[in-house]
Amino acid sequence: MTKNGVQGDTVTLMPADTGTAADAVRDPYDPHDPYDPYVSLTGWGRTAPTTALLVRPRSYEETAEAVRGAGPRGSIARGLGRAYGDAAQNAGGSVLDMTALDRIHAIDADGGVVACDAGVSLHRLMEVLVPLGWFVPVTPGTRYVTVGGAIGGDIHGGNHQVSGSFARHVLSLELLTADGEIRTVLPGTPLFDATAGGLGLTGVVLSATVRLHPVATSLMTVDTERAGDLDDLLARLTAANPATGRPYRYAVARIDLLARGSALGRSVLMRAEHAPLEALEALPARARRRPLAFRPARLPATPAHLPSGLLGRAAVGLLNGVWYRGAPRRRTGELQRLSAFFHPLDGVPRWNRVYGRQGFVQYQFVVGDGQEEALRRIVERVARRGFPSFLAVLKRFGEADPGWLSFPAAGWALALDLPAGLTGAGSFLDELDEDVAAAGGRVNLAKDARLRPELLAAMYPKLAEFRALRAALDPGAVFTSDLSRRLDL
Amino acid sequence: MKDAFGIPQSLLILGGTSEIGLATARRLIARRTRTVWLAGRPSPALDTAADRLRTLGAEVRTVPFDALDPGSHAEVLGKVFTEGDIDMVLLAFGILGDQAHDEADPPAAVRVAQTNYTGAVSAGLVCAGALQIQGHGSLVVLSSVAGERARRTDFIYGSSKAGLDAFAQGLGDAMLGTGVQVMIVRPGFVRSPRTAGRPETPLATTPEAVAAAIELGLRRRSETVWVPGALRPVMSALRHLPRPVFRRLPV
Ligand SMILES: Cc1cc2nc3c(=O)[nH]c(=O)nc-3n(C[C@H](O)[C@H](O)[C@H](O)COP(=O)(O)OP(=O)(O)OC[C@H]3O[C@@H](n4cnc5c(N)ncnc54)[C@H](O)[C@@H]3O)c2cc1C
Ligand SMILES: NC(=O)c1ccc[n+]([C@@H]2O[C@H](COP(=O)([O-])OP(=O)(O)OC[C@H]3O[C@@H](n4cnc5c(N)ncnc54)[C@H](OP(=O)(O)O)[C@@H]3O)[C@@H](O)[C@H]2O)c1
Repeated sequence: MTKNGVQGDTVTLMPADTGTAADAVRDPYDPHDPYDPYVSLTGWGRTAPTTALLVRPRSYEETAEAVRGAGPRGSIARGLGRAYGDAAQNAGGSVLDMTALDRIHAIDADGGVVACDAGVSLHRLMEVLVPLGWFVPVTPGTRYVTVGGAIGGDIHGGNHQVSGSFARHVLSLELLTADGEIRTVLPGTPLFDATAGGLGLTGVVLSATVRLHPVATSLMTVDTERAGDLDDLLARLTAANPATGRPYRYAVARIDLLARGSALGRSVLMRAEHAPLEALEALPARARRRPLAFRPARLPATPAHLPSGLLGRAAVGLLNGVWYRGAPRRRTGELQRLSAFFHPLDGVPRWNRVYGRQGFVQYQFVVGDGQEEALRRIVERVARRGFPSFLAVLKRFGEADPGWLSFPAAGWALALDLPAGLTGAGSFLDELDEDVAAAGGRVNLAKDARLRPELLAAMYPKLAEFRALRAALDPGAVFTSDLSRRLDL
Repeated sequence: MKDAFGIPQSLLILGGTSEIGLATARRLIARRTRTVWLAGRPSPALDTAADRLRTLGAEVRTVPFDALDPGSHAEVLGKVFTEGDIDMVLLAFGILGDQAHDEADPPAAVRVAQTNYTGAVSAGLVCAGALQIQGHGSLVVLSSVAGERARRTDFIYGSSKAGLDAFAQGLGDAMLGTGVQVMIVRPGFVRSPRTAGRPETPLATTPEAVAAAIELGLRRRSETVWVPGALRPVMSALRHLPRPVFRRLPV
């Protein structure tokens, strides 16, 4: 298929309704009701389960109906539940599973724009768009997020320095607000900036038009190198690509948070560009035939019941060491599939079970440029404490995004996982919060499951505006989530 | 809402002057808890307890509650829930009674049963219903090892706790899938002003240790918590002892 050979259909914003919602009267307390619509939900971290009425609207009308019919405990949109914490849960109220709204309405294969429902996953977009020579403008560490979730969490990727967050590439969106109306929301308006990163609290995103990034192949050229310590790492993360003289499009570092002393902050740095066609010349002819083929590989899922503590300190220390020494000191121009570079974890479905039934917490914070000492103090604190954080990633962010509750800010962002069953983890993260807040930084709310509400205003200076807009737009607090209750958003 | 570690932001203690209850409140306030309701029979002790918790930084309110007046529970406790979500209810009221005296004074024995058992059935159902509507929350029930196997020395109290414990187990099963966790806490002898002067049994513990075990149980989303933990194997052995042997044990 050539780029021009594909004709997008016209954008229809109301997908045909395929029947009415079954309104059968059910007894919510009947344990034998096979259709029990009350379900226990958690985020990807599998902590703090709560029960809600799960509704799966199949049309915009059904979504509007569900919002108008929300009970006293309100409603919240949910995508693929990849937010780590409680952002897409609503105890005692309703949760709108948006994944049935999965239509791609139109693709402008020349200009690189897609219009689609909010329930479409980035995985689906890649399947459809990569063969056409387009890639999503921003991808998180998993493709299994929806466009609605990407906007609600205003996600960032390893290209934040170059591209900013996801919402910067949204040309317009349709928002279902608390009054049951559907509004077209354009960038640069207060409602847009409250919705980008607004965690579903301004309304339900029904569809969006998103600008894409052109690619010539479905491969990445990846430069991998080790950084021996934190200074080394920060210097390398700031350096440009010697091949182009510009910053790398993508850069992420996996940092070993158990390394101490002179090895503090040792990391494996992976920087990449989308591979140009010429880069494929080294490959055998067969591999060159379909340069835009999108072929992610998947392994079997993680078993449902694993003991907690599998990833204890000793195991993680060992794994981190093996993986650091196993990485090449320096390797340039390696060709990797998109999925291998961006989404290695997606190869193992349900990997979040590895932490056992108590689940885990992902802590991600950003501190600004000039706060390198604060970053070092925090890395030192984590290393000294010796908590087993297996997946820790450091990224450099570019300029802050316009979303009022958007997470990124120019500086350094560190993400780490901790098993929730770890004694002392809660108060330890509280201490990190103090350091982060004192350095003028903030934690990522789409990943949060435990922040002290008192720190929120310091971390998010536009909080008051956000609250005011919500109060005006949604005076009855129809849009409510466990996170909004917990943090008093 | 509870955080990822199960720590509640709001707490309702039924039996607002309970030593164990207040030790738990102090511990949770130090972590996350901001709102505390102390439900109990109005007394200067209840007000003092509230004042003490306020000095720790919590917003504390008291509400009149009498376990022996189940007819009032729905209204009194219902009002608390209308003021905002309650993330955790601690059912901490209870009386030991005086076994020797109560055996000869049946109405006094009935008071023990009515407080510890029927009072708890009523308050437990009211709170579980309210938590279920919220779709989340923990109901933590202070049972006792005394309910595990009746002893000559305190079987009136023990039988009331046995009833409470069985009730709470069933309630926990009923709450599966509702988002509500029912956690049964079975402490052994807890040293406190209330038990001062009574003969200590082995594996005695403190209100602070019970509070710590409750925090751990919340984090693990446990259904049953023994304090100290060693009581679990001990009691499971004792439960199977033939009665003639059990009678002769100094427990
Ligand atoms: C392995 C892994 C790696 C990740 N890496 C990154 C990363 O690199 N960068 C990053 O930024 N994030 C990352 N995340 C987090 C994830 O990208 C975000 O949490 C994202 O929001 C999840 O999208 P979702 O569709 O699963 O939404 P959910 O988790 O279901 O919901 C997330 C939020 O979006 C709201 N929402 C969902 N759909 C809609 C809608 N239609 N309208 C309005 N609001 C809606 C929800 O209410 C909720 O507040 C990662 C997560 C995982 C599991
Ligand atoms: N202490 C132990 O050794 C031990 C061991 C195992 C289990 N437990 C159980 O743990 C719980 C708390 O114990 P504790 O040591 O903290 O006891 P405590 O300090 O004596 O507190 C008991 C509480 O129960 C309240 N109460 C009694 N009768 C009531 C009624 N009719 N209505 C309302 N409240 C009433 C008391 O309130 P007033 O101030 O109004 O009297 C007091 O707040 C009890 O259920 C107890 O059985 C205790």
